[in-house]
Amino acid sequence: MTDHDEPRGAPDTRLDQAAESQAKITAEIRAIEADYRAGRAAGRPEELGPRLDYPPYRSSLLRHPTKSQHLADPETIELFAPVFGERDVSPVEADLTVQHLGEPIGERITVRGRVLDGDARPVRRQLVEIWQANAAGRYLHKRDRHPAPLDPNFTGVGRTLTDDDGWYEFQTIKPGPYPWKNHYKAWRPAHIHFSLFGTDFTQRLVTQMYFPGDPLFPLDPIYQTIPDSDARDRLVASYDHDLTTHEWATGYRWDIVLTGTHRTVFEQDRPEEDE
Amino acid sequence: MTEQLEPTPGQTVGPFFGFALPYPRGNEIVEPGTPGAVRVHGTVTDGAGQPVPDALLEIWGAAPSGEIVRTGGHLRRDGRFTGWGRAETDREGYYWFRTLEPGVTEPGAAPFYAVTLFARGLPDRLFTRAYLPGANGAFLDALGDRRRTVMCEREPDGALRFDIRMQGEGETVFLDFGGYGPRG
Ligand SMILES: [Fe+2]
Repeated sequence: MTDHDEPRGAPDTRLDQAAESQAKITAEIRAIEADYRAGRAAGRPEELGPRLDYPPYRSSLLRHPTKSQHLADPETIELFAPVFGERDVSPVEADLTVQHLGEPIGERITVRGRVLDGDARPVRRQLVEIWQANAAGRYLHKRDRHPAPLDPNFTGVGRTLTDDDGWYEFQTIKPGPYPWKNHYKAWRPAHIHFSLFGTDFTQRLVTQMYFPGDPLFPLDPIYQTIPDSDARDRLVASYDHDLTTHEWATGYRWDIVLTGTHRTVFEQDRPEEDE
Repeated sequence: MTEQLEPTPGQTVGPFFGFALPYPRGNEIVEPGTPGAVRVHGTVTDGAGQPVPDALLEIWGAAPSGEIVRTGGHLRRDGRFTGWGRAETDREGYYWFRTLEPGVTEPGAAPFYAVTLFARGLPDRLFTRAYLPGANGAFLDALGDRRRTVMCEREPDGALRFDIRMQGEGETVFLDFGGYGPRG
């Protein structure tokens, strides 16, 4: 984090396209989706992931490979993922509302779901990391200049291990939407960043979980990097009243599916308990 | 035939991972002075040749014996080699790890570090490999001129240099393991 230290008030030299309108960005998003749908109708394959080359997301312009990725079979070390144990994560890290002396401001929520592989097998005892803005839409990050209040009782970082059936659960508060510099009046839909590991190195996933019915979805060039609407929907949690607790927190359910494994999972792949 | 589920799509790591994903000594997979310790380092640059100051790298490698560590301890290091680490780039796009050189995991397999790259502006993670100098094999042969982009370069002090170019001239070879199914 110290690498990002900058004096307060220093000019922000990052790409700033704030002169462009939402209407222009939205038109680009719609055109890409229309082209994708026409392609599907003409028999082109489904795209299950995001486009790396997605011009409406302006920061991607110089940061996407221009050559096609090299099709490879995973070898040796790639057939295994690092495993994490009880020593790596403390149970309190799964509750983002108790990391300070006081309680954070905002809607208390429970986020729970299962991590599965493409064959519907649970990913057991594996690391899940999350980070998010506070209820006002502000990150505890030096480069977040959004003039919304920090919450002294909220850091916005959580970690946990899935259980033997692949379940994870976090207690947190609902993050707010926040503005960014992609274009004029660019606002991100509220989201929680997730980082996941599978049993193979190739299953590594970093993604974002969204909340149902967000009106910013059609306007957001990051959510829309995924041209397939069914695939995009997989990033949206569902409200789960069974998970909601009486007079305490509302519940959201979000399952995560990692790509299929290339290797048969043996019992010996289960992480060993440390200490 | 087992049930097949559609994968959850990736999203960019965004600009604000720095307070969450990096952790103390994440890039120090072995302690200074460990026999065989090597610095693996380089810069990440974009399509304009500019440093990428908000990228995150993870490397994963076997022990010099070829053993793949199957225990935890990556996040709370205790001096044991775990093979996995995480580093963010600094303002100059520079990253470094201190680790061991991977050994041969199976006969005929050329040793490499498996590398994952994340960055603001990158809609999904990228995979690549950082091969030890002198590595050979069918995978590398198939890359032709581009093979040098996945080779570590040995520096006079013994360090291994591995630069990543996300786009354009000398673009690093990134790998598609078929995770999202066949691509058009
Ligand atoms: Fe975010």
